[in-house]
Amino acid sequence: MLLEVKDLHAGIDGKEILKGLNLQVRKGEVHAIMGPNGSGKSTLSKVLAGHPSYEVISGEVLYEGKNLLDLEPDERAREGVFMAFQYPVEVPGVSNSQFLRLAYNQKMLHHGLEELDPLEFNDYLKEKAKVVDMDPQFFKRSVNEGFSGGEKKRNEILQMAVLEPKLAILDETDSGLDIDALRIVAEGVNTLRSPDNAIILVTHYQRLLNFIVPDMVHVLANGRIVKEGGKDLALELEEKGYDWVKGAASSK
Amino acid sequence: METQFTEQFKEFLRSETDPVLRRLREVAFAVFAGAGFPTVKDEDWKYTNVAPLVSGQWSVARSVGQSQVVPDRDIDLVKRFETARNGFAALNMAFAAFKVIRIAKDTSVPEPIELLFATDEQVAIFPHILVIAEAGSKAILIESYASTAKSFTNAAVQIIVEDNANLTHYRVQRESSEAFHVGTTEVSLGRGSLYDSTNINLGGALSRHDIDVKFTAEGGEAFVDGLYMVGGTQHADTHSIIDHTVPNCTSHQTYKGVLNDSARGVFNGKVFVRENAHGTDAQQSNKNLLLSNDARVDTKPQLEIFNDDVKCSHGATVGQLEEEELFYLLTRGLPDSLARNLLTYGFAEAIIRKIGIDSIRTSLDEAVLNRLNVKLEV
Repeated sequence: MLLEVKDLHAGIDGKEILKGLNLQVRKGEVHAIMGPNGSGKSTLSKVLAGHPSYEVISGEVLYEGKNLLDLEPDERAREGVFMAFQYPVEVPGVSNSQFLRLAYNQKMLHHGLEELDPLEFNDYLKEKAKVVDMDPQFFKRSVNEGFSGGEKKRNEILQMAVLEPKLAILDETDSGLDIDALRIVAEGVNTLRSPDNAIILVTHYQRLLNFIVPDMVHVLANGRIVKEGGKDLALELEEKGYDWVKGAASSK
Repeated sequence: METQFTEQFKEFLRSETDPVLRRLREVAFAVFAGAGFPTVKDEDWKYTNVAPLVSGQWSVARSVGQSQVVPDRDIDLVKRFETARNGFAALNMAFAAFKVIRIAKDTSVPEPIELLFATDEQVAIFPHILVIAEAGSKAILIESYASTAKSFTNAAVQIIVEDNANLTHYRVQRESSEAFHVGTTEVSLGRGSLYDSTNINLGGALSRHDIDVKFTAEGGEAFVDGLYMVGGTQHADTHSIIDHTVPNCTSHQTYKGVLNDSARGVFNGKVFVRENAHGTDAQQSNKNLLLSNDARVDTKPQLEIFNDDVKCSHGATVGQLEEEELFYLLTRGLPDSLARNLLTYGFAEAIIRKIGIDSIRTSLDEAVLNRLNVKLEV
């Protein structure tokens, strides 16, 4: 088991948002977490990545059998947890390639592996950029600065390709993307999908799941998973709307 | 008032042969003798105590031999300098080493005009530069300060940008962290002119920069941007005045401060929009990052508007790095200190990048990265 979330209660600013969430993710699997606004999707992503504003009230999160919640966000990252942001941050003055090499080498250092010098890294980066069809011009530009919404999301997937996480959480990666950008991002994710990693897609809409087919769909409402199933559940949800599961949440 | 400068001035004056300049110097020194150095009781010097400078022993760099003879036609321009603004301005005029730079009408100067100032331990210098960008001209002016010891630089730069002229001005203060630096920049803008300045302050034990920009005819545009980045016990003070006295001019001001250890920063920015200055567009912002609990900044953006038909905004912030930005970098596996330093670099770099001369920009980037202990190889 790569990730095991057990009866997780968590929230922000003293407000409980996740109210007993359970989730199991194995290597090689793609899980979709769906749910209406305010259901706790984003809280789950942030708690897994270690956002300091969110507090865990009770419950357990095991990653490769170890307590994930004990680790700082940067330690989680170096251990192979990655989160693609809904709103990636701009880092002026630091080029994409400089930033990615810093991040990559921190991971290498952590695992006692050899760091790459700028030339070696550049070759590595060029190879990875093919995953999201990214022009090497983007390597020289400051991280996310002046990038369009689609370019930012592609850049997130490029970072994922470079850092090769074991667990990637894509937080509303589909939001604000036109269909072409969505296709490129989805193809990138599909290329990175492997028996050695797992992907959690957090999304409001079924649309993304036409391109990245999940093994499991979990529907979140009011801080709990109220429905689980295979890929068809997403279609059913699309058809019936979230009121369908909201009903399930209150009847539980 | 007798000071360590009284005797030095008498001697200095002996070598001034030009009667007009001689008179100008005498009057200025009398102003200085009367006013003395400013103290924290003066509103404009409330947060900047110059006592350590005043108590230092300074020998004035020798003779007016270093000073250029000011052409007759430029004397009146020199006289416009506000000698009475404070004791430093008066002292500058008394000991001024003049240099006049005139950029001929409709000329575009291909290479930047570079001025570099540095002085020795316990030596005081008083450069006074007059720059006239004649109508329709275009040039880049680089003004750098780079003393390496406990020295005292008291500089004045007067800039006249005539009608439709375009002057880009980079002022880079990288004095030693023991040095004292006081500088005054007075800018006057003509019709349809453009003045774009970037003021970088990294050095000095104590530094103070006054920059006044005045629009004298319609259609002028000014960028008055700056960065002060200080640590240790450094103190950096910027006072600026942007004066919209005429209609339809535009000013943009972005100043950023990064303060570490027990360093202290001061930003005081006044924007005046006078009664008949309709159609003014004035924007001002001052953002500060405090990297330590002992660092401090006193910021006071002031907007005084005497006309309704204007577009103005101003604001100041003092704070730490944005949590969301920090979190993003952490989730990429960068350790906390590296993540913070990268973001701080980005904050400062947003001003440095304005500098269009690669060698200067790169060297400033490196200086900032060094201070933050970050290695960024390309």
